[in-house]
Amino acid sequence: MSELEYNPTELLICIAARQMPDSVTAFIGTGIPMLAASLAQKMHTPNLIPIFEFGGTGARLERLPRAVGESRTFYRGVAASGICDIMETAARGFIDFGFLGGAQIDPYGNLNSTIIGPRHHPPKVRLPGSGGGNDVGSLCWHTIIIMRHDTRRFVPRVDFITTPGYLTGPGAREAAGLPPNTGPYRVVSTLALLDFDEETKRMRLVSTNPGVTVEQVIENTGFELIVPDQVGQNEPPTAEELRLLRDEVDPERFYI
Amino acid sequence: MHVIESGIGELIQPPDLDAFREWNREKKSRALVDKVMTDAEAVSRFVYDGCYIGTELYGTVRCPMTLVREVVRQNKKDLRVAGQGVTELDLWFAARLVKKLDITYIGLEVYGTSNALRREVESGRVESVVEWSNGGITWRFKAAAMGVPFIPVRAMLGSDTFKYSSAKVVECPFTGQKICLLPALILDVGLIHVHRADKYGNAQVEGISGFAFEMSRACKRLVVSAEEIVDTEEIRRYPDRTIIPYYLVDAVVHAPYGSHPGEMVYCYARDEEYLREWVETSKTEEGTQVYLDKYIYNLANHQEYLDLVGQERLEMLRADEEGRR
Repeated sequence: MSELEYNPTELLICIAARQMPDSVTAFIGTGIPMLAASLAQKMHTPNLIPIFEFGGTGARLERLPRAVGESRTFYRGVAASGICDIMETAARGFIDFGFLGGAQIDPYGNLNSTIIGPRHHPPKVRLPGSGGGNDVGSLCWHTIIIMRHDTRRFVPRVDFITTPGYLTGPGAREAAGLPPNTGPYRVVSTLALLDFDEETKRMRLVSTNPGVTVEQVIENTGFELIVPDQVGQNEPPTAEELRLLRDEVDPERFYI
Repeated sequence: MHVIESGIGELIQPPDLDAFREWNREKKSRALVDKVMTDAEAVSRFVYDGCYIGTELYGTVRCPMTLVREVVRQNKKDLRVAGQGVTELDLWFAARLVKKLDITYIGLEVYGTSNALRREVESGRVESVVEWSNGGITWRFKAAAMGVPFIPVRAMLGSDTFKYSSAKVVECPFTGQKICLLPALILDVGLIHVHRADKYGNAQVEGISGFAFEMSRACKRLVVSAEEIVDTEEIRRYPDRTIIPYYLVDAVVHAPYGSHPGEMVYCYARDEEYLREWVETSKTEEGTQVYLDKYIYNLANHQEYLDLVGQERLEMLRADEEGRR
């Protein structure tokens, strides 16, 4: 692979990493969020504080964790506590960003990682379940959702709301009793960067990935997407991002 | 207090706080007695068919694999399980031991969904599946640890995770806001693997504590397996490190490499090759059976498991642990 060729996973990681400001706390799950946080720490957010649900706080992500409880989640961190402490820290409003994923997402950013099909039990397909997802989506200030982009995943209605997005629209989170001013912030997909319209709380296209057209994004979305007049273009990974990602973040190529 | 909404999931283990107090009064000795026993004896004495059981920690980390394999070997059936686990719970699904499940996350993390879970749940062989979040189920242990019947939280609200749980949404009597009440979860048996314990059961862990503190206080019976059995004077030198005091503990099992193929922070790294073996073999029912025979049914105990893995490999995993380097 020549230097400026890259695979879709590498692009996702770079775009997710760019969403992170410095000196914030971020709740990190297994997989791409770990790589994005690690890359962000090396690029532009040296003081990003990664938080892992089983107690790791402030790790230097010099070595890539392979699970949310493993030792690298608190390697040279500032604290190693437990799950209650972390979830209660989120409940008190200390966690700025949370990363989420799922098998399905709807226009309001509701996520499904529990079952596929109409019936809860026995289900057509059983997925792992909420894990910390519901807590992150309920209690962090902003969530960033990372998804593969196709019509099977971007659906009008998720089969099961594992993790609340904006539920049924404006005011619904607050009406359900969730903390105000929280909810999905960005969706980083394999095709585009998206956010949520302030008025309707529905998903909106922000910018497309290199080589992707607006039409392609629309075609691969199973619901009506808000498309503004001005749609931006995401920059491809830079040589420096790719070098860090391949040589320092994931040299064992565990994920990329 | 006005109940606004109730989850439709089964309350698999209804909390009885007074009975729990009586149990702790009558059945949990305050005497400093030697509780060291074999994995076989601990499981045979304290794990029983139909019991409600939980394990700690998570993923591939500090999992009580020795005890979990022994539960499979002794074929303890119809288990009702607090499902916040990965590597260890997969074996119980594989052996078809699970009847009811309070689930948060059961999957193979980076390796994807659990085929053992899928087979058991999609077939309906697991009769009841009740949803929670990771925070949710841990807070349920915390409520039990507090000796109260429920705990109010601000997670799970508005979701189907709530709808298919046995939680309730009420109007808070102080603020008037909606709040989610989670029922206390008292385990019949808990299994926890720790770094060191003395013969009485005083137990210490290194690194993150996961939910050991909360779960150990929410158990009627608690079996602790330990990498190392240390003299009580060692414990008394660093009492601040004791996360589980002896009176909570019913059995202490010496289990070096007791988390293998998972990891034990500052001791040994996780065994990627062995984890991948499970990921691959568990894709089919036949493969699953081969795995269970090879690593559980054909072996008498933990020592035979360690012999099969081999000292050289275990030393290598010890050398691989980055720990405090």
